[in-house]
Order: sequence, then structure tokens, then C-alpha cells
Amino acid sequence: MTDSQNILSMNRIKKSFPGVAALENVDFSLRKGEVHALIGENGAGKSTLIKVLTGVEHPDSGSIELDGKPVQVRSPQHSQELGISTVYQEINLCTNISVAENIMMGFEPHNFFGIDWKKMNALASEAMKRLDVDIDVTQSLGNFSVAIQQMVAIVRSLEVASPKILILDEPTSSLDVNETAHLFGVIRKLKSEGIGIIFITHFLDQVYEITDRITVLRNGKLVGTYNTTSLPRIELIGKMLGRSLTELDEVSKAKQKNEQKKDTESLVEAKGLGLTGSIEAIDFELHVGEVVGLAGLLGSGRTEIANLIFGIDTPDKGSLKIKGKKINHFSPLESLENGIALCPEDRKAEGIVGDLTIRENIILALQARYGWFKFIATQKQYEIAENYIKLLGIATPSADQLVKNLSGGNQQKVILARWLATDPQVFILDEPTRGIDVGAKAEIQKLVLQLAQEGKSIIFISSELEEVLRTSHRIVVLRDRKKAAEYSGDVDDHTIIQTMAGIL
Amino acid sequence: MTQRIKFFLINNGPLLTTITIFILVYFAGGRLYPAMQKPQVFFNLFINTAALLIVSIGMTFVILTKGIDLSVAGMIALTSAASAALLVNGVNPIVVMILMLLMGIVFGLAMGSIIHYLKVEPFIVTLMGLFFARGMAFIITLSSLTIKDPVYRYLALTKVHIPFFEKAYVYIPSLVGPILLLVAIYLANFTRFGRTVYAIGNNEQSAMLMGLPVARTKIIVYAFGGFCSALAGIVFSISLLSGYGGYAPGMELDAIASVVIGGTMLTGGVGNVIGTLFGVLINGTIVSILQFNGTLSSWWTRIGVGALTLIFIGIQSLFYMKKKN
Repeated sequence: MTDSQNILSMNRIKKSFPGVAALENVDFSLRKGEVHALIGENGAGKSTLIKVLTGVEHPDSGSIELDGKPVQVRSPQHSQELGISTVYQEINLCTNISVAENIMMGFEPHNFFGIDWKKMNALASEAMKRLDVDIDVTQSLGNFSVAIQQMVAIVRSLEVASPKILILDEPTSSLDVNETAHLFGVIRKLKSEGIGIIFITHFLDQVYEITDRITVLRNGKLVGTYNTTSLPRIELIGKMLGRSLTELDEVSKAKQKNEQKKDTESLVEAKGLGLTGSIEAIDFELHVGEVVGLAGLLGSGRTEIANLIFGIDTPDKGSLKIKGKKINHFSPLESLENGIALCPEDRKAEGIVGDLTIRENIILALQARYGWFKFIATQKQYEIAENYIKLLGIATPSADQLVKNLSGGNQQKVILARWLATDPQVFILDEPTRGIDVGAKAEIQKLVLQLAQEGKSIIFISSELEEVLRTSHRIVVLRDRKKAAEYSGDVDDHTIIQTMAGIL
Repeated sequence: MTQRIKFFLINNGPLLTTITIFILVYFAGGRLYPAMQKPQVFFNLFINTAALLIVSIGMTFVILTKGIDLSVAGMIALTSAASAALLVNGVNPIVVMILMLLMGIVFGLAMGSIIHYLKVEPFIVTLMGLFFARGMAFIITLSSLTIKDPVYRYLALTKVHIPFFEKAYVYIPSLVGPILLLVAIYLANFTRFGRTVYAIGNNEQSAMLMGLPVARTKIIVYAFGGFCSALAGIVFSISLLSGYGGYAPGMELDAIASVVIGGTMLTGGVGNVIGTLFGVLINGTIVSILQFNGTLSSWWTRIGVGALTLIFIGIQSLFYMKKKN
């Protein structure tokens, strides 16, 4: 392995923002035909490094070499011209126009009359087929799943400029297992064509599945670059966090302390509860001080159960008892009154009001519960907000910080605080740790168990099995919108994966 | 195959509904008032809605980019007043027309630039445009100015006979809208400009990141809108042979309603100009039914159009929800 194989090397890149050193003398290199993971917690400097590489930000010092020649990346357009393409987590395409247009717009073929639709569709279809995606490219993009849209974004970036370097920024965060597998197939193909791929992800499983090397950043500093095969996972996490795994150990300990609290009264009791087309009849129980995990693939019915119990959807089968009382009228308001709170899956769309301050966000549900005419005094609001900021360890200079300026993990904590303030009995957490870094994840998990210890009951939904295992006292496994099995006590991830896959 | 038909229906649902409603309304009129069955009544629609069709076409592009243009009726009035004043003073009619079109384009360019570069809401900018244009029209003349120019009179009074329909005719200005419609269909479907309009309406940020010329396209859309308004103003002053600042009151709202009835969504990115044609024709049909009735107040048109617009927005969101599933 010599340096001459490097298609990209970034040397001693330094970038500061007012008051923060975002990158301090970071080195990064990429070889031809390599998949290179860029790993780090939120705020580690991953995105700044990518921004420097794509010309969005300019480094204070340091140099970038492409194929051994020093370059200065002036703008995103310029980076594309240099052969660097990026596919972002949020797909930057237009859903109302056809797949073919999304791929070809800007360099679409013309004939004497105007846009040559026939040729454009043929070219686009061919380009998609090269990645083994056979779809009708004349349909509008919005008709397809996020996974397909992601492929379209990749195809576009390949077509716009035949890139030497492809940056995939959290491409799998909204894909299910099969879709991810397909994407990985595509990545392998591109790799075999000699394209160097920078892969940014929070999913460590995927890092081990697909990448050749790993570069770890922490607090704007380079921790190191390692061959994937020679870096055990536990060491990787240690390097990312910069501490041993005490946090995670604490989670396990907290769970054990809770183990004894089992056969207490049941708070939520569903018998044959179901909704045609959403979820099949299911039996479900939740006791005081218990964490029940819902595991299953995307679309297996996890969120649907949450929606039924919280009263967003009205079931057409079975019955639901909350604290022994039969529910006849399903509505979120009713549920709130019964002491149930739901933190929805998509916190940006459904939970957080980014333009309000932390205090205002926290107070929202409480105020709604009081009614809009019994105003909570500002003084009292600050008291409540500051209390939760301390309790949950929300990293912020003050309660008046706008929520959109917080990191993902802290935003999630604000949502938790909002519902905690209403003092619910039952918490439904739908993907509470999605898109946040490992450290924050551990904190949220710890918090969940802490709540359980205080006698709250929690329904914990996550696509990360490890996390479900770590936090839950009982695990309900869902498959194809049915309950496939229920496990309590010690169960290994292998058994659950097999249940999810339908082998058991 | 059935899958394709289903997709076709879902993708074109709003347009097909508009066409169906037009046919239904027209036939209902024909049954109520047999005189409406004459072909000439159908062609009268194009005579009566000549200006509305032109501004609605411009409006369609604006709305496709998620914008709105409230200045169109003011621009029509300004064009009519300004051309009448120039013609009274003996300026060559061709020069007048060219000047008016240039004025419309410049006016649109200015509004588009303010909207894009200063990031001011289109609603506000074009509302100011409306005030400005109408105000200027009244500054030019407080009363209606009659146009006696022979070229204008020739254009206004020459009948164009329709082939295959004996005795059926339209006037020369009525042809402008249909021709503009063909141009608009071409622009929307076969040029990068048109496709960029759709992309911007869906997601401006994405369109920008896709490297599409967002700024240029948005400004051109308003310039095209201004051009259409001036063109409509010329057509308007030819058919009335006069100019006045109070002309075409509220026509911007009729245009918006026609565009919406034609299946274009106010949220941008969805719709087409063919639908707009039918939206305008529905508007015209309601007017002629009321004329044939003779006893009902002409304000029933507004009520009818209002009700239809409301129904249409309902149907659109239904289709949209269906499509999402």
C-alpha cells in the first residue's frame, strides 16, 4: 500500500468557526475502489470535513490533493467538476417530476423540437438498470419508496459527472433491511468500477458489512484511520466516545435493578386489538415500571401499534384497557388524559417546533393540558424548563436557546422533557434515538430505564435491535403486521433476528 | 396494462375531472337553453374570455412555481389606458403594442427580481404591483378614452370564420389566447425552462442543488406573466376599443380560480396549461348560461366559480392523498 494509490488525500485540514475549532489538523485519504467509513459522534467534525471537501466551506489551512495534484475546491459546483459527488441524507430531488427528469435535468438530451423525451427516458432507464433497478422512469419520483429515490439520487450524481469520489451521507437512515442490502449491492458495484466511496453512517453493523477502512473523528480531531477487519467493534465505540463503555455498562446495570419489578398491575392491556390494513389482532400488556420493546423490520407494524394505543387510529377489532378502564373513544386527547404520552418517530415533522425556544417547547404539552386560558406564569415556565435541562442533561447555554440550534440528541431530550412535564404514566417512544450519536443514545437509554425505575411504563420502539435488547424487560417481535413472538428476560439478538426474519 | 391505466387516471385525475365538468356544465346549459346548442355560442366563449385565457396562462406558470401574481388585472387596465392615450396622440399602433409588451415584461422582471433577490412574498410584491398599475392607469386618464385608430378598429371588427362550421366566427384577438396556449404547452413540456418551473414548485432548494437555473427561471416566470398581462391588455383594449383604469376589476382572482379549477395546485409543482384552458372555458360557460337566463344577477357567476373552485381544491387534495398512498 503506497500513497500513490490514493485518489484523495486531505492533509492537516484546519477549520475554525467563531469560538469553535471544528477541525484541527485532520488527515484523510481515500483509495481507488475503496469504501471508507467516516465515523464520529455528532459534532465530531464529519460534516465539516465533508463541507471542506465539497467546497461548501474553505479550510483555514491544510491542503487537498486529488490524484496527487493539489487542488482548491472553490464551490460545490467546482467539486463536482473535480469528480466529487455527494448524495445527502435528505434527498435533494423533486418528487413531482419523473424519475428520468430527476436523473437527467440540466443535461437532458434535445432534438430539433425541444427536450427529447424518448431518448431521455431510454438513457435514464439504462442508467438505473446499471444499478439493477428496473423501474418505469416515466413515473414521478414521488411514487417510489425512499430507497428508490436514494438510488435515483446516486444515479444522478453518477450521470452528472462521472465521479471518482462518491460521498454518501447517512444514506441508509431511512431504509429497511432489504433496501439497505440493495444499496450495498450498488456500492459494491461502484467500488468494483474503481470509484472511491466515503460512507458516513451511525449504524456500526453497516460499517463492518461494507467498508474497507474506518476513519474516526472526535471533537474535531483525528483519532485514527484503521482497517475495518482489524478494529473490533468495542474498540471502535471506545474510540468514538473517547471513554470506556461505562455509560453502556450503567445502562445494563440500571436494567438489572429493574428486573424484579415484574408482576405488578398492568397499565395497558390490549386484547385482540387490531385495525384492518394496519395491524392484525394483537395481545399486548404493559405493567408498571416496565419497558417493553417492540422489535421488527420497517413496516412490520411497530408504529401502527403505537398509533392504536395512543388513539391516533381507531381499531376495528378487539379491546383496549388502560388502568383497567375500557377505552371506547379513541383520541390522542383522551390518551393524554389517561396519562399516555407519545414521542413520534419523525421528531422534526411531528414533535419539535424548531423556531421556539427550549422553554416554549417543553411547556407546550403542559400548557395544552391546562387549557389555553390558564396561563403558566413565565417564572414557573423557566423553573420547569431549567429543571428538565438539568435532569436530562440537555446541553445548552440557556432555556431560551432555539430548539433548531440543538443537536439531534438534545432535541430528542427536549421532546422527552415536554412529555415528562405532563407527568404521564405510560411513555410510547417511537425511534427515540434515530439519527443521534452513540453517546447521546446511551444517555437516552439510561434515561428510559431511570424512568422505569421511577414507576413509569415505557413502550420502546427502535430499529436497532441492540438497543431494544439493552433497554427492554420484555420484547414483542413483530413480523408482517403480526405479533410473531414475545420474549422476556434473557434472549439473544440471534433469536430475535430469526424471529423477525420468520425462521423461528 | 390496468396498472398503467390506473396510474394515468391518478396522475391526470384533476385534468380529467375539469374536462368532464366542463362538458357536463355545457350540456346542462344546452338542455336548459336550447339556443346554447348553436356552435357560435361555443366560439363566443373564446371571444368573451380572450383576455382571461391569456392572463390565466401566465398565471399558471407563476402558480406552478408556488408563486402568485395579483398584478394582472391592474396591468390590463394600465395597458388599456396607456395604449389609448398613446393612440389618441397619434403614435403608430404597432409601436404602441410593442411598447406595451415591453412595459409588461419590464414590470414582471422587476417584480420577479424583488421576489427572488429580496425574498419578499410574491403576494405582497404583486399586490403592490396591482396598486401601482391601477394607480398609474388613473393618473394617465380619469375617464374612459375611446380608441379610434383604424388598425385597432380593423382588428376589433374583422370576423374570422371557423372552418367546417358555417356562420361560426371569432374575432382576431380571440385567436391570441389559443396560439399562446400552444406556445405555453411547448414551453412547459419541451424546454428546460418549463421543467425547471415544475422542479422549483416542488422544492426550490432541491432544484438549486440539482444545479438548475432557479433565479433566472423564477424571474422569467414573472416576466412572462407581465408579458401575458400586457398582451391581455392589448386584446382587451382592442375588443372594447377604449382604455380606462377601472377595467377588468378582480380579473386576477378569476384567473387564479381558472388555474385552480384547471387542476393546478396552489402549493406548486403540479398542474398544466391545458387544464387552465378548461378552467377558463368553465368560467365562460357559467357566464353564458346566466346571460341566456337573463333574469339572474350576473354576480351568480362569481358564486358559481367560487363554489367550483372550492370543490376543486377538495378534489385535488383527495387525488393527492390517493397518490400518496
